Amino acid sequence: MSLTAEELEILQLSLRVSLWSVLLSLPFAVAVAYSLARANFPGKTLFDAAVHLPLVLPPVVVGYFLLLLFGRRGPIGALLDDWFGVVVMFKWTGAALAAGVMGFPLMVRAVRLSFEAIDRKLEAAASTLGAGPLAVFATVTLPLALPGIFTGMLLSFARGLGEFGATITFVSNIPGETRTLPLAIYTYTQVPGGDESALRLSLLAVALSLAALFVSEVMVRRATRRIMGDDSDGRH
Amino acid sequence: MTLTVDIERTLGSFRLKTAFSAGKGVTALFGRSGAGKTSVVNAIAGILRPDRGRIDINGEVVFDDERGIDVPTPKRRIGYVFQEGRLFPHLSVRQNLGYAGLFSRGMPASEFGHVVELLGLRDLLERRPGNLSGGEKQRVAIGRALLSSPRLLLLDEPLASLDAYRKDEVLQYIELIRDEIRIPVVYVSHAVEEVVRLADTVVLLSAGNVAAVGPAEEIMGRPDLRASTGAFEGGAVIEATVVEQDVQDDLATLQFDGGTLTVPNVDALIGEPVRVRIRARDVSIALERPQRISIQNVLRGRIAALGPGSSGIVDVSIAIGATTLRSRITARAIRQLGLVVGLEVYALVKSVSLDRHGTGAA
Repeated sequence: MSLTAEELEILQLSLRVSLWSVLLSLPFAVAVAYSLARANFPGKTLFDAAVHLPLVLPPVVVGYFLLLLFGRRGPIGALLDDWFGVVVMFKWTGAALAAGVMGFPLMVRAVRLSFEAIDRKLEAAASTLGAGPLAVFATVTLPLALPGIFTGMLLSFARGLGEFGATITFVSNIPGETRTLPLAIYTYTQVPGGDESALRLSLLAVALSLAALFVSEVMVRRATRRIMGDDSDGRH
Repeated sequence: MTLTVDIERTLGSFRLKTAFSAGKGVTALFGRSGAGKTSVVNAIAGILRPDRGRIDINGEVVFDDERGIDVPTPKRRIGYVFQEGRLFPHLSVRQNLGYAGLFSRGMPASEFGHVVELLGLRDLLERRPGNLSGGEKQRVAIGRALLSSPRLLLLDEPLASLDAYRKDEVLQYIELIRDEIRIPVVYVSHAVEEVVRLADTVVLLSAGNVAAVGPAEEIMGRPDLRASTGAFEGGAVIEATVVEQDVQDDLATLQFDGGTLTVPNVDALIGEPVRVRIRARDVSIALERPQRISIQNVLRGRIAALGPGSSGIVDVSIAIGATTLRSRITARAIRQLGLVVGLEVYALVKSVSLDRHGTGAA
């Protein structure tokens, strides 16, 4: 099956939105996951709950909150517009923001678990060898957390590809700008004679998800193998 | 070089109150599990913060609660070999060894080569910790610590997770670095044989307190410390020199102040000093020099002390020259032989009871 120009555009937009959502939320997710895994501070439980909100709230509600916050007159949206001339509402960047927010708890959970699984004695060993706290994080903690970080990236990416409710509420359904794969499928199911197009796009979504799963599996395996310490000759 | 430790720390119901000094050579922190040995080395390394006290390495105060000094671990320049090795699993052996070099704690390339040769790590450099044997891991861990420009090396039960064969192998490497790289070592252990083989000074810890400090042979031989050193491990340590090696029978003759000993399997050249530990239960006593007997070591001496005894068993101290040997025999045997202090006796020691775990380079 070869893709039509329109399908190609939808695919490219969906990939761009999801990739940017993952890349932009990654540093925040790592920081939040690390503080949840390691730090103790007042209000930690509340903070943890807040991070998980997008997972349990109806996506439409998340989209509506984004509209309130990042809309042109919203507190953050007005700032972005005044200072940087950036408007995310009704733009693909807004779709990426919505996807990032929806995928955030999934990414944080995976990264946090891998931080918690790290043997902290290794970090103590690094400090006896001269590594300060930042160096310990960069050379021991982060590399050992890589499998979890890859898993988190995939979960968030997949969540972003499937994002519907928050996206349509926040940035609407604009062809070529915010009409990602799920929105396009939905649109076709609403018009007479759109069945075939909806089916083709649905199959495309299946292929995309499988490909993402495959790539992530390979990355996790490679990272895990590095950590578990298999030599290249496969000796055990 | 001197290390002075005087610290207090309360951990739940456990109270650590320890003070000792260590000079050059190997200082063993010896005691049963839970005696506070690891807490003490963790405090020296800066991993555990004492409630009160002072730690001084070579004149530099690294901890003093009164003056508010607490030098962070990376700046203390202490090499620490942990019980479980703690190699970085995501790095190769070469990267593990070079890790300290990332933080200006590295050593020149010549030193790297020297340590790699000394510990036999050449063939392991490109491997990852995941498929090294337990003994290999500990050798790499020792190398990694040595290559971090330490002024003091801490070894926390580095043999505890190894089987008997690997223990012996790693022990030989530790003896090698003790003799080759003249760095002060604090060695934590609850195994008498290791301590006796390696240590110059023993700090005996019991329930968080220092029960005794002194030369290894003296502490391990003292009957009054048996509760801490182990009831069945009582014995004496003899400092001796190899005077003859019989390659055919694989027997060495050792000279000590008081006589000679014949010992199997000694890994030392003629003229080299060795340390032999003779367990009290391996020493028998005769009133006359026995004839036609398989025992290779018959040493003439005088009874220096009797007892204290318990459950019908008595430790007898026998002075042989300037050396004191201990013999563990029954109270009945003492009665039958009429043993009293000052009596001339013969101490009988089977050569095979002096296995290689009891003999090591001094």
